[in-house]
Amino acid sequence: MLLRLVPEKTDIKFLSMRKVALVLSALLLIGSVVLFFTRGLNYGIDFKGGVNLFMQVENGATADISRIRSISAANVVGEVKVKEFGAKSDVLISIEKQPGGSKEQNDALKTVQEALITAMPNLKFQSSEVIGPQVSGELKRDGMIAVTIAIIAVLIYIWFRFEWQFGLGAVVALMHDILLTIGFFSITDLEFNLSIIAALLTIVGYSLNDTVVVYDRVRENVRKFRKMSMEDMLDLSLNQTLSRTMMTSVTTLVALLALFFLGGEVIRGFTSAMIWGVAVGTYSSVFVASPMLLIFKLKREAMLLDDEKRDPTVDKSKLTPFDHV
Amino acid sequence: MLNFPRWKVLMILAIMLLGILTSLPNFLNEAQRRELPGFMPEQTLSLGLDLQGGVYLLFEARTADVIATRLTNLAAQVRDVSLAEGRRRDIPRAERVTFSGIKVQGNGVTFTLRNPELVGAARDKLLPFTQAEVGTNALGAAGATEMELSVVGAQFTLSLTEQGILIQQRDAIARSMEVIRRRVDPDGVKEISLKPSGSNRIVLEVPGAENPEELIALIGKTAKLSFHDVATNLSATDIEAERFSKARYSKVVLKDGGYIVIHNREIVSGDDLTDAKPSFDQGNRPAVAFTFNTSGAKRFGNHTAKNIGRPFAIKLDDTVISAPNIQSAILGGSGIITNIGTTVEAKELATLLKSGALPVALTVETQKTVGPDMGADGVAKGQLAAGIGFIGVVIYMVLSYGRFGLAANVALITNLILITGMLSAFQATLTLPGIAGIVLTIGMAVDANVLVFERIREEYRSGKKPFQAVEQGYAQAFSTIIDANITTFIAAAVLYMLGSGPVQGFAVTLAIGILTSMFTAILLTRLILTVWLTRARPAKLPI
Repeated sequence: MLLRLVPEKTDIKFLSMRKVALVLSALLLIGSVVLFFTRGLNYGIDFKGGVNLFMQVENGATADISRIRSISAANVVGEVKVKEFGAKSDVLISIEKQPGGSKEQNDALKTVQEALITAMPNLKFQSSEVIGPQVSGELKRDGMIAVTIAIIAVLIYIWFRFEWQFGLGAVVALMHDILLTIGFFSITDLEFNLSIIAALLTIVGYSLNDTVVVYDRVRENVRKFRKMSMEDMLDLSLNQTLSRTMMTSVTTLVALLALFFLGGEVIRGFTSAMIWGVAVGTYSSVFVASPMLLIFKLKREAMLLDDEKRDPTVDKSKLTPFDHV
Repeated sequence: MLNFPRWKVLMILAIMLLGILTSLPNFLNEAQRRELPGFMPEQTLSLGLDLQGGVYLLFEARTADVIATRLTNLAAQVRDVSLAEGRRRDIPRAERVTFSGIKVQGNGVTFTLRNPELVGAARDKLLPFTQAEVGTNALGAAGATEMELSVVGAQFTLSLTEQGILIQQRDAIARSMEVIRRRVDPDGVKEISLKPSGSNRIVLEVPGAENPEELIALIGKTAKLSFHDVATNLSATDIEAERFSKARYSKVVLKDGGYIVIHNREIVSGDDLTDAKPSFDQGNRPAVAFTFNTSGAKRFGNHTAKNIGRPFAIKLDDTVISAPNIQSAILGGSGIITNIGTTVEAKELATLLKSGALPVALTVETQKTVGPDMGADGVAKGQLAAGIGFIGVVIYMVLSYGRFGLAANVALITNLILITGMLSAFQATLTLPGIAGIVLTIGMAVDANVLVFERIREEYRSGKKPFQAVEQGYAQAFSTIIDANITTFIAAAVLYMLGSGPVQGFAVTLAIGILTSMFTAILLTRLILTVWLTRARPAKLPI
C-alpha cells in the first residue's frame, strides 16, 4: 500500500474559497507592508555596513555575554549586539557601522578583537566580517535590482508561453510571496542579509514552478473541456495537480528541515526564509495565482486560437518535441 | 515514446560514466588520486573560503589618483619639450617653439604658445603625444588614442580621451593586482585568487590565512623607494623656517629623528630596481641588497662619480631611512640599504621593493575571515544535512511510489553524482550556500519525476494499459516540466549575474541541479521504466 498525502480523487471547491483567501492575503499583504515601513527589517551588515565578529569560548564553556558586550561597547561608537550563536560557547558580536569610511570599520574590528582576547584569553577567534559603507549600499541596490529583474524576466517568459493573464497572475502571486516573506522577516526580527536575497529568488523560482504546473494544466483543460465553466475548469485543474503540489512541497520541506536543524547557524536564516517561502508559495499558487485568471477575465476563445498556431506542446494528442528527446 | 534506440541508451550511459569519472576524485585520498591513470580527471571540489577557512579582501583603488599622476607627468613632459626647444642654438629665439603657463586643468593640461605664429610647428612638436596609443596588445591590434589636442588661438589643451582614462585605470588595476600577488605570494606557492571586480575594485582570497591585518598592512604599504641629492647649502635656521624653494626641495623626516632637506628630483627610483634581497651590512646588521637595471645603474653611477664626498638620501615612502656620504663612484649598479631594523623587516622590505610600488592607493572595503575550525564545521554540518535530507527524500519516494520511487531514487543518486562531477570538472567554487543549493536540489530534483508519476497514475486510472499509461504520462508531463524548470533556471541565472561570492556559488549549484535533474527525469528514469516494462510486461502498474 503506497503512502498518499492526498486521496486519489479530490473535488475541493478551491475557487469558491477565493473571496476568503483573497481577503486573507490582502490583510497579510497590508500587514507586511505596514510592518516593513514601521518596524522595518533587521538588516545584516551586508546591507548597512559594520562589523561581525564570531568568537568561541574554549572547551565549550558558556560565554559571558554581558561581559563581552561591555568590553566590546567600551571600544567602539554606537550599538553593539552580542548574542549566542548556535551553542552556549559561541557568540556573535555585531558592531554598528562606525562613523567614517571603511578604515574606521576595519579598525573597530581590530580594537574589539584585541580587547576581548586580552581581557578573556579563553576566547578563540572563529570568523569575522567587515563591510564598508559604500559596498553595503551597493549590495542592497544590487539585491533589489536582482529581484526586480527576475520578476520581469519571468513575466516575459510566461507571457510568451501562455496568455497575458497568466503572466500577470503569476507575477501577482510572486509579489505576494515576496512581500509576505519580507513581512515574515520584519515580524520575526531575523537578520535580513545577502543570503536572504538568494532565498527570495529561490522562492520566486519555486513558487513559479508550482504556479506554472497549475497553469499548464489549465491550458490543457481549456482545450479538453470546451463546455465547462471557467470556474469549474480551474477547480478541476487544481484538484488534478493537488497531489503533485503536495508531493513536491513535502520532498522540498524534508530537505529544508534537514538543513534547518542540522545545517548550522550560519544558514539558518536562509532555511527559515525558504521554509516560509515554500509554504506561502504553495498557498499562493492555489489561492492567488488561479483566482487571478478569473479576475483578469481569461477568455477561452483567445487561447484556443493562439495556442494551436504557435505552440506544438499544447495539443497533447499529437506528437510532441518530447518524442525526439 | 518508450522506444530507446541504441545510440540514446549509449549516450545516457556515457553521461553517467562521465559523471562518475569526474566525481570520483572526491572520494579518494591524495595518494590514490596520484595513482589515477593520466586520462582520468583528478580535480576535486574547490571549496569556498567559508568552507576551508581563509581571508577575503575587497580593495577599492583610488583610480582618480592615476589620472592625476598621469596629468602631472604630462605637464612635466610638455615642460621638457619646451625647455629642450628653448635651449636650441641652431635657430633664432623667435623660431623656437616654447610654452608658458603650463598647468593641469580638468582632465587635461593647458599651456600658451609664446610665439603665436608657430602653431603649425607646435602641432608637429606635440604629435608624439596625440599619436600615442594606449592599450595596444602583443598582436598589434590598434589601441585607443590616449589624448587629443585642441588649439584656440595660442591656447593649447592636451586632454585625455575618455577611452584613454579608462585604459589607464584598467592598467592601474592590472598592475596593482600584479603587485599584490608578488607581495602576498612571493614564491607562488599559495593558492591565492585575485580578480578585478567592476572598474575599480580587486578581490583577493587567501585560503588558509588567518590574520587579515597582516595582509592588509603588507598590501597597504606603498614602498616607494627613491634616491635623492641632499641640499647641503641651507642653514639650520633656513631649514627650521622652511625658507627654501618648495618646487626644488622638500623637508623630510629622518628615520633616526630630525629632518633633512633633499632635492625633489629623483636620481633613481624603485622603478629602476631589478632585484632586492635581504642581506647584512659590514657590521652584520640587517640590510637589503639591491640591483639596478641598466639605465638606473648608469644614472646612479654618473651621480656618484660626480658627487664623491657629498651625502645622498635614500627615501622610503615619506621617510629618509639613511643619508650616507658617497665614498666612491658606485658603477656596478648594485648596493645595499642599511639601517633597516630587524631581519624580518629587511625581508619584508626586500619583498616590497622587488614587487614594486603600488600604482594606486588601495582601501579595504570589505574583509571576511573564516577560521579553519569554522570552515571544517560548515563542511561537516552541510554533509550531515545533505545526508539526512537525501535519506528522507529517498524513503519518502519509495513510500509514495513504490517501484517507481526506486527508479526516481536511482535518478536522484545519479543527480548528486553528476552535480559533484560538474562542480569538480568546472572547478566551480562550493560555498556553504552552495551546499544549501544542493540540499534544496535534492528536494526539488524529484519534482520532474513526481510530475511524470502523477500523470502516469492519472492515465492509468482513466483505464489505459500499463504501457500506454507510462507512455502518455511522459508525453503529457513534458511541457510542464520544461516550463517549470525554465522559470527556476531564470531565477538562478539572475542570481548568478547579479549576485556576489557565496550567492553566486548557490546560483551555480542550483542551475547545475536543474540541468541534471531534467536529464535524469526525462531520460534516465524513462529508460529504467522502459526496460522494466518491456522485460516484466506487468498486467497492473504498481503505482
